[in-house]
Amino acid sequence: MTNEIVYDATVGRPLLDDAKMSMRGVNVFYADKQAIHSVDLDIGKNQVIALIGPSGCGKSTFLRSLNRMNDTIDICRVEGHLMLEGQDIYDPKLDVVPLRARVGMVFQKPNPFPKSIYDNVAYGPRIHGLASRRIDLDEIVESSLQKAGLWNEVKDRLHAPGTGLSGGQQQRLCIARTIAVSPEVILMDEPCSALDPIATAKVEELIAELSQNITIAIVTHSMQQAARVSERTAYFHMGHLVEVNDTEKVFTNPEHPLTEAYITGRFG
Amino acid sequence: MDKLHLDQHISKQFNADLEELKTQMLEMGGVVEQQIIDAVKAIETADGALADKVLRVENDVDNREMKLDEHCTLILARRQPAASDLRMVLAVAKTNRDLERMGDEAHKIAKMAIALNEQGGAPGGYTELRHIGSGVQKMVNMALDAFARYDVEAALQVVQEDKNIDREYESAMREMMTYMMEDPRSIKRVMNVIWALRSLERIGDHARNVAEHIIYLVKGLDVRHVSVSEVEKQLNGS
Repeated sequence: MTNEIVYDATVGRPLLDDAKMSMRGVNVFYADKQAIHSVDLDIGKNQVIALIGPSGCGKSTFLRSLNRMNDTIDICRVEGHLMLEGQDIYDPKLDVVPLRARVGMVFQKPNPFPKSIYDNVAYGPRIHGLASRRIDLDEIVESSLQKAGLWNEVKDRLHAPGTGLSGGQQQRLCIARTIAVSPEVILMDEPCSALDPIATAKVEELIAELSQNITIAIVTHSMQQAARVSERTAYFHMGHLVEVNDTEKVFTNPEHPLTEAYITGRFG
Repeated sequence: MDKLHLDQHISKQFNADLEELKTQMLEMGGVVEQQIIDAVKAIETADGALADKVLRVENDVDNREMKLDEHCTLILARRQPAASDLRMVLAVAKTNRDLERMGDEAHKIAKMAIALNEQGGAPGGYTELRHIGSGVQKMVNMALDAFARYDVEAALQVVQEDKNIDREYESAMREMMTYMMEDPRSIKRVMNVIWALRSLERIGDHARNVAEHIIYLVKGLDVRHVSVSEVEKQLNGS
């Protein structure tokens, strides 16, 4: 027999004064099934927020609603207010292509295009018309690869296929591709789950550097990763946002018993 | 009931590890507690054999300290504990240190007992030793009990009791001064009583530390270096 869990309001501090993104009363449905239940959450400017929770808790669904990635799923419906610096990102008049340049995404499995390393990074700036001359494009490609910590490893083979790189390099290539269009926010959906510890450490290092001027929301199954890279942590449970607090607090003295049970590996 | 639910991990091995950690620590606490009781009795009753016994226990306590430290290190390395599990490992590691220090103080008291025996006893101070000794023993016992039961109320009582011990220690010091002023030839012997009293007072401080580790463990509050009333306030506010 299972006890019915009653979800009260999110504990901790879900709202902020200087939010980059503000979500209020967010509900997400897949057909009739509700995957996210009235979530209120602010994401601080140039902060890293980790979204954690057991499989199926809705953290990836929530993340994907932040740049309308869920639009591609026919049966998915998003309700509520999701604002990027005061702009409603679900405004029907809004073009999602520039939105996804402002709010970029990095996925669990590295997914470089079947093109050269150079073209992978140049793809975004080309379609968004960010560089008119070849020399400008070269500069964007180089600086993006530099920022992604990949330049030294690939500078002599920029025209080799991106798919020929190792898993960790491919993931950093995908990050370079994302930052090439100067996003304000990057959403990362378990970006290290397919990587070894060294490649993971490099990506985590990159997250710390990027967060100096980019806002980052990361979904991760690794508690230690959430503890290492984020300033705030949000715990989701069965579609409800249970707790949001400073990461330090969540991992030393969480407020909600469900958070405690999850991060310590107890039966919740 | 286990208020911290330390036995409810999905990993049974982790449950067992934490249980074993606590058991090891409480066993060490028991050894140190007996060491303190024996040391106080040895000095009170001028029992040299009992004092020798206290000295011999030190090795055992040191070994237990190292073993417990190693166990904490292994849990940190293997499990990367978080939240109450992390606080548990930290609280045990810190308590371990305090217990070892209490053992050191008991060792010093036993040495004073032997010295006093050789010097034919002190002109006074036995009442104070007995009184403060029994107060401190009670604190240590209560602190270990509170740890076993994760009892914050009992831990708070230990913190409060430390204040009484400090007061009694001050008053005993004044008493010892008068002995030394009355008969300067007794200074050496009275000094030995003073060292023993000082050690008892330090044991009280360590018991208070243990109580503070319990409050940290159960409530996640750091109540070190604050007044008793502030501790009470923080606990009531939590």
